[in-house]
Amino acid sequence: MSPAAQQRHRSTGGEPIIELSGIRKTYTSGTITFEALRGVDSVVREGEYVAVIGPSGSGKSTLMNILGCLDNPTEGSYVLAGDDVASMTETQLAEVRNKRIGFVFQQFHLLASQSAWRNVELPLVYAGVPKAERKERAIAALTKVGLGERVENKPGELSGGQQQRVAVARALVTEPAMILADEPTGNLDSRSTADVLGLLDDLHRSGRTIVLITHEDEVAARAERNLVIRDGLIVADTPVGVPA
Amino acid sequence: MNTAETLRTALEAVRSHRMRSILTMLGIVIGIASVILTVGFGQGARAQVQEQISALGSNLLIISPGSSTDDSGSRGGFGSATTLTLEDADAIADSDVVPDADAVAPTTSTSTSLVAGETNWTTSVVGTTTSWLDVRTRTLASGRFFTQAEADSGADVVVLGPDTASELFSGTSPVGEEVTVGGRTLTVIGVLESSGSSSSGTSEDDVAVVPVSTALALTGSTSTSVSTIYVEAASADLLSAAYQEIDALLTTRHGIESGDDADYSISTQDSLVETASSTNETLSVLLTGVAAISLLVGGIGVMNIMLVSVTERIREIGLRKALGATPSAIGKQFLAEASILGLAGGLLGIAIGVVGSWVLPAIIDQPVTLSLAATAGALGVSLALGVGFGVYPATRAARLTPIDALRSE
Ligand SMILES: Nc1ncnc2c1ncn2[C@@H]1O[C@H](COP(=O)(O)OP(=O)(O)OP(=O)(O)O)[C@@H](O)[C@H]1O
Ligand SMILES: [Mg+2]
Repeated sequence: MSPAAQQRHRSTGGEPIIELSGIRKTYTSGTITFEALRGVDSVVREGEYVAVIGPSGSGKSTLMNILGCLDNPTEGSYVLAGDDVASMTETQLAEVRNKRIGFVFQQFHLLASQSAWRNVELPLVYAGVPKAERKERAIAALTKVGLGERVENKPGELSGGQQQRVAVARALVTEPAMILADEPTGNLDSRSTADVLGLLDDLHRSGRTIVLITHEDEVAARAERNLVIRDGLIVADTPVGVPA
Repeated sequence: MNTAETLRTALEAVRSHRMRSILTMLGIVIGIASVILTVGFGQGARAQVQEQISALGSNLLIISPGSSTDDSGSRGGFGSATTLTLEDADAIADSDVVPDADAVAPTTSTSTSLVAGETNWTTSVVGTTTSWLDVRTRTLASGRFFTQAEADSGADVVVLGPDTASELFSGTSPVGEEVTVGGRTLTVIGVLESSGSSSSGTSEDDVAVVPVSTALALTGSTSTSVSTIYVEAASADLLSAAYQEIDALLTTRHGIESGDDADYSISTQDSLVETASSTNETLSVLLTGVAAISLLVGGIGVMNIMLVSVTERIREIGLRKALGATPSAIGKQFLAEASILGLAGGLLGIAIGVVGSWVLPAIIDQPVTLSLAATAGALGVSLALGVGFGVYPATRAARLTPIDALRSE
């Protein structure tokens, strides 16, 4: 990243929330090893809206999982809001995932046997929020994503778009500083895509840091900054609206 | 996550996977119920045999005709030989020859029909002496036993067992009434108290006891052979002394050369207890084996379902971790789930075992004793299996990174 670009980001964002240096990730299956990330350096500041784009298999999801503390890098350092992730215990990592990060998965990952509001309250259960408050906040979050009428439905009784909105409600119910979304619109039609992107815009406006993976140009265009990744390396880092 | 929250989550998981929960519990239910019932059978049978033996009376020697070791291999049953006589009994009763014998009761036994008015009942008529009541530790419910004078004179009196009395006189007091046996009319002078134990087939409560001379007169037999001689030793300590005295006496009386098989056998209660408890030991080992196998089968069932259940829920574990669950929260959730299943299945199994131990004796005519140790042991084993195989794989899965758990098939 050029000093000029860094200057610009500093002016639009706050303190660094994500600081990556030399991140490598090697997958080993049997005797075959595969290096999915080959030295990624980047900084994301508080309040930024970043889209990660790149061809299939380039390492986007791998990167996102590391950012969400769902996976460990093989090499390199990840400093999250000033704390080195590598030095955290399992319990501290659980707390980080619970309080600071909201994750939206491409495959929704909802509990099929539980109603929408039970799914949304799950992070609050692990945060130790009292029962009555949990239900209130879960229903408020579902109302915010336009599902105030469907709180008692199980995931199987909802459309794909509705399920992804439940997942978004679950990500925002703890009011985390950072929302990570791995192709949140990948399985959705244009109408549902617009709904979910509108929700992310709202979250961005309320000051949350958003990192989103996408294949689609119009989705990437909603962000402030695009990170282009190819073969496990960041090959471009451009502000949106400014020609690269 | 606090305990109430953990329990709620676990209960919800149990309820939302109904089929799997039922299958897990089924293994525990079957295992525990069968352990309770099989061990209960063993203990019930043992208690029954012990009761029958102690009902025979203490300090008792039982002399039966016929060798205890017949070379032909077939013993023909106790009492089928006729080598024991009233004279033998008289000789044993001689306190100079057998000083350690307290009381001697020879008995003859024939199956005969008794008639009272219109009623006809076939029972075993026992001819004996006045010592019988003492030696067999029986008591009278009403009336009296026959006297020495009645025994000597062969009086026409009879003492009925309680079952015989109620068969012949259905409810009304038989004392003073008359029964006809083989053309002779006997007066009922007493009714025995129930012996409290009945080995199936030969009830101790269905008898008619008469003086031995009366019994001989009834059958019209001139033989003085008896089916059993009961001897009560002066005390338990003198039992073996009495045994040796009687053995020596009978060897001489029967002219048995050394090396020959005796034509009688003397058994003590101890030897009966020994035989019975060795039979019981075999039964116990067999039943314990059956119980252990059913517990094993139940346990393997629980183990399988727990392992499958955790494996198919590794994605759920990954998701919960991604949302902020600590490994210990996951461990506690699965511990609570396994405990709920184990306890519910265990209590149901105990309930079935207890109900079975009430109902089965009525159907199969065998007592079933509830064993606390077996119940607790079975519950402990199935709880341990459920918890072990439920919690161990869950905590292992909780140690995976969330993404590895989420990606697992
Ligand atoms: N668990 C794994 N074991 C082995 N290789 C893996 C594993 N996960 C990912 N890979 C490999 O790492 C590379 C990067 O995968 P990743 O999922 O990050 O790609 P992606 O950029 O998200 O692609 P897509 O746009 O298709 O989702 C791929 O070549 C993939 O095959
Ligand atoms: Mg991907």
